[in-house]
Amino acid sequence: MHAITAEASLNRIRADVSRRKLLDTLFVIVGLLVMFSALLVLVVLFVDLVREGAPKLTWDFLNSFPSRKAERAGILSAWVGTSLIMLVTAAVSMPVGVAAAIYLEEYAPKNWMTAIIEVNVTNLAGVPSIIYGLLALGLFVYQFNLGQSVAAAGLTLSLLILPIIIVATRESLRSVPRAIREAAYALGATRWEVTAHHVLPYSTGGILTGMIIGLSRAIGETAPLITIGALSFIAFLPESPFHSEFPFFSFAWLKEAFTAMPIQMFNWVSRPDPAFQVNAAAAGAILLGMTLLMNGVAIYVRYRFRKRINW
Amino acid sequence: MTEQIALSMPGAPAGLRYRKLRDRFVEAGLLLAALVAVFTTIAIVVVLVVESLPFFREVSLTDFLTDTMWTPLFAEARYGILPLVAGTLVTTMVALAVAIPAGTIIAIYLSEFAPYKLRETIKPSLELLGAVPTVVYGYFALMFVTPVLQQLIPGLPGFNMLSAGLVIGIMIIPYVASVSEDAMRAVPNYMREGSYAMGATRFQTATRVVVPGALSGIAAAFILGISRAVGETMIVAIAAGLQPNLTWDPTEPAATITAFIVQVSLGDLPHDSIGYQSIFAAGLVLMLMTLVFNIAGFSLTRRFREAY
Repeated sequence: MHAITAEASLNRIRADVSRRKLLDTLFVIVGLLVMFSALLVLVVLFVDLVREGAPKLTWDFLNSFPSRKAERAGILSAWVGTSLIMLVTAAVSMPVGVAAAIYLEEYAPKNWMTAIIEVNVTNLAGVPSIIYGLLALGLFVYQFNLGQSVAAAGLTLSLLILPIIIVATRESLRSVPRAIREAAYALGATRWEVTAHHVLPYSTGGILTGMIIGLSRAIGETAPLITIGALSFIAFLPESPFHSEFPFFSFAWLKEAFTAMPIQMFNWVSRPDPAFQVNAAAAGAILLGMTLLMNGVAIYVRYRFRKRINW
Repeated sequence: MTEQIALSMPGAPAGLRYRKLRDRFVEAGLLLAALVAVFTTIAIVVVLVVESLPFFREVSLTDFLTDTMWTPLFAEARYGILPLVAGTLVTTMVALAVAIPAGTIIAIYLSEFAPYKLRETIKPSLELLGAVPTVVYGYFALMFVTPVLQQLIPGLPGFNMLSAGLVIGIMIIPYVASVSEDAMRAVPNYMREGSYAMGATRFQTATRVVVPGALSGIAAAFILGISRAVGETMIVAIAAGLQPNLTWDPTEPAATITAFIVQVSLGDLPHDSIGYQSIFAAGLVLMLMTLVFNIAGFSLTRRFREAY
């Protein structure tokens, strides 16, 4: 009698345990399923773009100006425009972002001003990109009279990716151990010397990663460029930044009108003629390829630098 | 300045004096760079308010908030923001219906179940979903997702909020997943161990100990996801149509606040026309909406960080 109830309750417990273990397995399956379907979307997206855009993925496409005829149209002015804008964006956002991060991480005293700066940086990271476009329209285009130029576009995107660079740089500065700083101070270095000679070199990897991620975000941004008035039909190239004679470079291109890869793609997507959808797919494949490549490089850089440094 | 330092440090070598002075200049420069963030915020607020003032001089605030028609580009212009807000909310809801379950499941899996190696390779790949240019997502929604949906839902129009919302949802999965996962990982291990010691399985520990412990962080992840979805522009501008439409039905086409701003920017309205100024008023509403979500999200994140 006694033995039977013991066995029965043991069986009940066993059944309960196996039911709960089954739930565990089920969740693992569901988790993997959800995760891989999310990744599958990425693959489908890329394959779809390449397949649809395949007829246009040629050198001619890279070397032609936009045209009213879908089969003759290309992205020459678009990728040149994007490259020039990225040049401005990198040149502005890198020094400002890194400097701001150094201030917040290494210098800032704990006071109300620092608190205000911190709140602003976190808040700016969440501001929709189109709001940056409206800011640029009101400030750069109307107030500073930069017009619808490469300079205005570059400055807009710089502001947009500033929070990304600041956050990434701070994280990488924070990962440098205190002992490194204290050793440098002990040898009589000033704060700037400690930062420039010791902390910054150790955080180069993290800063580079942040920079690349930031630029990869900027390269695909469309909305803010539309609000400042990017044109989609530009059949000429801006003046080259480099010259064969003295002074070898010029800044005339900063003031010129521009188009960019995402703008060109958007223009093609919004046309009813299906022939243009092929162009849009090809432009999208190139744009997505560039973004994924940049992100891949960022992951690799982070990995390499992490491996090289052993505290 | 030089005298001051020299006075405070009599007998200091010239090199040191120079280095100390240089440090002060550097610090001032760095502070200036950090203040750019503050100036940007101020500039955003000033630009939006100043540029939308002429609009609000013409349109009363009551009309703006209660009128059910938004037709600033028509001859008989009406300026009720409600249709745009409704469009924004509907696409956001659809996006959340995708991103919240998917993001949470992925976060629980990565934080509680995944082996270390898998987690370290999957996380960067998932982040790529958030890195895809939104114009590319827009193309995907219009040319791939909509035709697929049309097979499932006969009569679905070519432009609809459903496909735009679904794709926004996919885009924000990594935001939701990574913030939730951070929150779950912040739950101390002794709580998990206590639960295992009582005979709980991993799934029970995850759902009854870790998730409740990380709840404020998970809520923050949802709210940050909402803020992303509300501000998303290109996907809706391409795939949801540009007609303001006061409806709660996601299978219909409608414009969002962001899509309207794009539409006007693409057009050739003169800059001093009221139609043009209306984009700043719309931007102001958008800014206020995201600001509320961001503040709520960040205060929640701060709370979960301090909890343990």
